Amino acid sequence: MARAVTTQHKTIATAAAWIVALLIFFPILYTIITSFKSEQEAIQGFNLIPSGTFESYTEVQARSGYFKFFFNSVLLSVGSTILALLVAIPAAWSMAFSPTKRTKDILMWMLSTKMMPAVAVLFPIYLIFRDSGLLDSRIGLMIMLMLINLPIVVWMLYTYFREIPGEILEAARMDGASLWNEIIYVLTPMAVPGIASTMLLNIILAWNEAFWTIRLTTTNAAPLTAFISSFSSPQGLFWAKLSAASTLAIAPILIMGWFSQKQLVRGLTFGAVK
Amino acid sequence: MATQQTRSLARFMMAPSVVLLFVWMIVPLLFTLWFSFQQYNPLNPIRDGFVGFSNYALFYSNPAFLQSILNTLAIVVSVLVITVVGGILLALLIDQPMWGQGIVRILVISPFFVMPPVAALVWKNMIMHPQYGVFADIARFFGAEPIDWFGQHPLTAIIIIVAWQWLPFATLILLTSLQSLDGEQKEAAEMDGAGFLSRFIYLTLPHMSRAITVVILIQTIFLLSVYAEILVTTNGGPGYASTNLPFLVYQKALLEFKIGQASAGGVIAVILANIVAFFAMRAVGKNLDK
Repeated sequence: MARAVTTQHKTIATAAAWIVALLIFFPILYTIITSFKSEQEAIQGFNLIPSGTFESYTEVQARSGYFKFFFNSVLLSVGSTILALLVAIPAAWSMAFSPTKRTKDILMWMLSTKMMPAVAVLFPIYLIFRDSGLLDSRIGLMIMLMLINLPIVVWMLYTYFREIPGEILEAARMDGASLWNEIIYVLTPMAVPGIASTMLLNIILAWNEAFWTIRLTTTNAAPLTAFISSFSSPQGLFWAKLSAASTLAIAPILIMGWFSQKQLVRGLTFGAVK
Repeated sequence: MATQQTRSLARFMMAPSVVLLFVWMIVPLLFTLWFSFQQYNPLNPIRDGFVGFSNYALFYSNPAFLQSILNTLAIVVSVLVITVVGGILLALLIDQPMWGQGIVRILVISPFFVMPPVAALVWKNMIMHPQYGVFADIARFFGAEPIDWFGQHPLTAIIIIVAWQWLPFATLILLTSLQSLDGEQKEAAEMDGAGFLSRFIYLTLPHMSRAITVVILIQTIFLLSVYAEILVTTNGGPGYASTNLPFLVYQKALLEFKIGQASAGGVIAVILANIVAFFAMRAVGKNLDK
């Protein structure tokens, strides 16, 4: 009897959860479906079965050079993440392994920089970029994205590094390991998973950043966020093409995101929820 | 001696991050503060220099200002209510035993990874379009008149889009917290005959309170600066109906080149964010000690 109730309960829960999940996922699903329609089909009312044409994909590339934007997105998100890691790893390392009285204050202060609204510095940054010729340059935007995400990177690395037990270091020291040996043979292998998770989350955040990437670029350094935004002014019927471009823009990050759910929680809550 | 050395090494390792963040935060902010007291328009050769608080007065007397503040708050509060309440319900649902839980999780979390311009354009064109959108199809199916979302209810439309983007985040974090709840405690409560509702109020909700706080604080930071969603859907209109504070500052700075006023608006945005940040830091800081 008890088991029957459980099965019934499970069936209801499954049905309810799947319906809600599909509703939430629907806009993404419909975008993918529409990307395989022709422009004519795309506006002919609700239809879940596309004719399966790839013409939108080829046309997006042919007409607007889609892959240049895609390449910029990859370069900017990966590049800014590597830059941020180079700066943040030593900082997080020293905060985790030789904390001082002020370590916590420094961490909180770093977090507070993340709370500064971007618009508050829009014009000065715009001026600085314009006058130093960094407007619409990949390197300028890469530095910008690095600075934006640096606090999160330091924080995430710090929470990971802090979990590496100090006793292991002491044991290595007892065995006569030098500082370098200690770093290379003991600490690095234990730190790699944390660094990889941080990298993953940060690439996602940089890929989707949609304020500076839109405002500081025009054509040369423009990533996908800027490219997609250019679809906002309607030039005829373009939904299938918009869907194709959108699908390509979100697919890699969606897949990366699915693999990083746990890290996402940890990174975005600054270790407060695990 | 060794500790002395370690300490200076630690300082040396920390310096690049601290210096970079300090410069990045302070220099542009000082510029903004400076401009907010200046009469400055790059298109206009006349520069009156220091003008006191008149930029603030102008920004304040602009009817768009009050509306933009109200819109900003409307977006933050509505999206918070939708995502926190919806997130708790969804987390409770997904936490039930079921088939295909992993896939359900993946489907629910997905919108969070969609870049804002894509999310906004997909909703604007494919879902909410008054003629060809899915909502219009549904309305016609039931014999109703399709709603012109961005013409009639621009702010509501933006709130729906932003809530769709953030509901997954709230759900994921609340679900993570829910799953760390001790199973034995739940069983004990069940044995004692506690119903679902009382278990939820006396056991689950207190357990999730920290996660809920974190969700509210982090979302508030991001929701205060919603931008791309407005840019690609309504462009702030009709009139100023869907203009929030960041969007108004952007319009003043880069479209009208009223740098003084834009900077005054930027300073106000900083003050607003600081009020929120004050509470955020306290909550996150408390969690650090545990």
